[in-house]
Amino acid sequence: MAGKDDLKLLGVLLSPFAVRVSMALSLKGVSYEYVEEDLSNKSELLLKSNPVHKKVPVLIHNGKPISESLIIVQYVDEQFVDHSILPADPYERSIARFWAAYFDDKVFPEFYGMVKAKTVDEREKKMTETFAAIGQLEEAFAKFYEGKAFFGGDSIGYLDIVLGSCLFWFEGVRRVYEVEIISSTKTPLLAAWAQRFGETEVAKKEMPDADKVVQYLHNLHGTATK
Amino acid sequence: MTTEPVKLIGAFGSPFVHRVEVALRLKRVPYELILEEDMANKSQLLLNHNPVHKKVPVLLHGDRAIAESLVIVEYVDEAFHELPLLPADPYERAMARFWARFLEEKCLEPLRTALFADGEAQKASMKEARESLAVVEEQLTLRGRRFLGGDAIGLADIAGGGMLAHWLGVVEEVAGVRVLSDDEEEYPALRRWAAEYRSCEAVKECLPDRGRLLSYFAAIREKCVSVANSMVRR
Repeated sequence: MAGKDDLKLLGVLLSPFAVRVSMALSLKGVSYEYVEEDLSNKSELLLKSNPVHKKVPVLIHNGKPISESLIIVQYVDEQFVDHSILPADPYERSIARFWAAYFDDKVFPEFYGMVKAKTVDEREKKMTETFAAIGQLEEAFAKFYEGKAFFGGDSIGYLDIVLGSCLFWFEGVRRVYEVEIISSTKTPLLAAWAQRFGETEVAKKEMPDADKVVQYLHNLHGTATK
Repeated sequence: MTTEPVKLIGAFGSPFVHRVEVALRLKRVPYELILEEDMANKSQLLLNHNPVHKKVPVLLHGDRAIAESLVIVEYVDEAFHELPLLPADPYERAMARFWARFLEEKCLEPLRTALFADGEAQKASMKEARESLAVVEEQLTLRGRRFLGGDAIGLADIAGGGMLAHWLGVVEEVAGVRVLSDDEEEYPALRRWAAEYRSCEAVKECLPDRGRLLSYFAAIREKCVSVANSMVRR
């Protein structure tokens, strides 16, 4: 096992982007060494492996580093051929890539802006924008994936990992702010999908406990438990 | 699938449309270019096929519609098999995607505010853009090849080439702001790469006329300024 493919994942426990990579590696059944980074004191290895961005996650495969979560997931998919993550058809791949980019460029930044908001007004504003963006994803599910268990079809794929890796954050925010990013009333298809995703082997194995997010949020805003 | 008609919804002056045209031409894929006449008054065709972003380019291939220029470029690469735009090796592919993303996010994105905003935001964006260009310069120097993709033009070159090798000079002139000086000693590898990009036949065929591009940007200067300022306020 070791020696043939030396795989090291540099991440932080709370990073949904690092979780994406763990999920992809888990899907492929590939073993790897996980290294927890301290972002306030980045390791030599991290700085050497991702000199451009100095961020996690970074996957180091036989000494060669790859960074940017979506790029890493595609790399893992192309390097390890069993259990395809991206669909085979070019058009279906383009739909998956389009919505992955949409999630990273439109949904997550608004959501994270909401998390970091310093005033109630700012949080409300970011929340509205997050809802609008996630609404587009609900529509996309209806248009391209309705009737399917997952974005990947019968089993989880690229887009499942892209969104699924953030579910623990959505749950953490729900517990602290009583805000549901994905809800059975506003986004019923995504809510049902999230339920199914949570029950998969990969999710059970790789999805961090939402309580860790709760802890982080309390520390961030210096609030006592509600 | 490959014999179905290919149409590209575009607009004059868009470096994003240019990316797709270069990709189609490199792959020798015949296509019909459908130009939006007035982006302030978008066609039903465009709105139907890109309801999410309502932007060009949109590729129509048979009954399939694909939006987002770099997503389209990868689609074109995968749907048409001749002359690959990405290398075969998974690691090299990851590197190509990395540099395409870097150019898009760290070089091109800050240029809007670097060129058209003012005050502290403009200074910060300009600094970011130039620092990012220095990173690209270093990469080009290290690899010592004609293109970011190697000896042949590829995804990363397509991502940044149009903007940096052609559009930038025009927009600098309209904005009255320089990102790259006239000093040939500054960013030499970047300048060489820009020249290589411009020398590609596929690029030459779809590079908009400089004079026309200048008029176009002069006419939309106000809009560029207001967009840049609204980005600052976010």
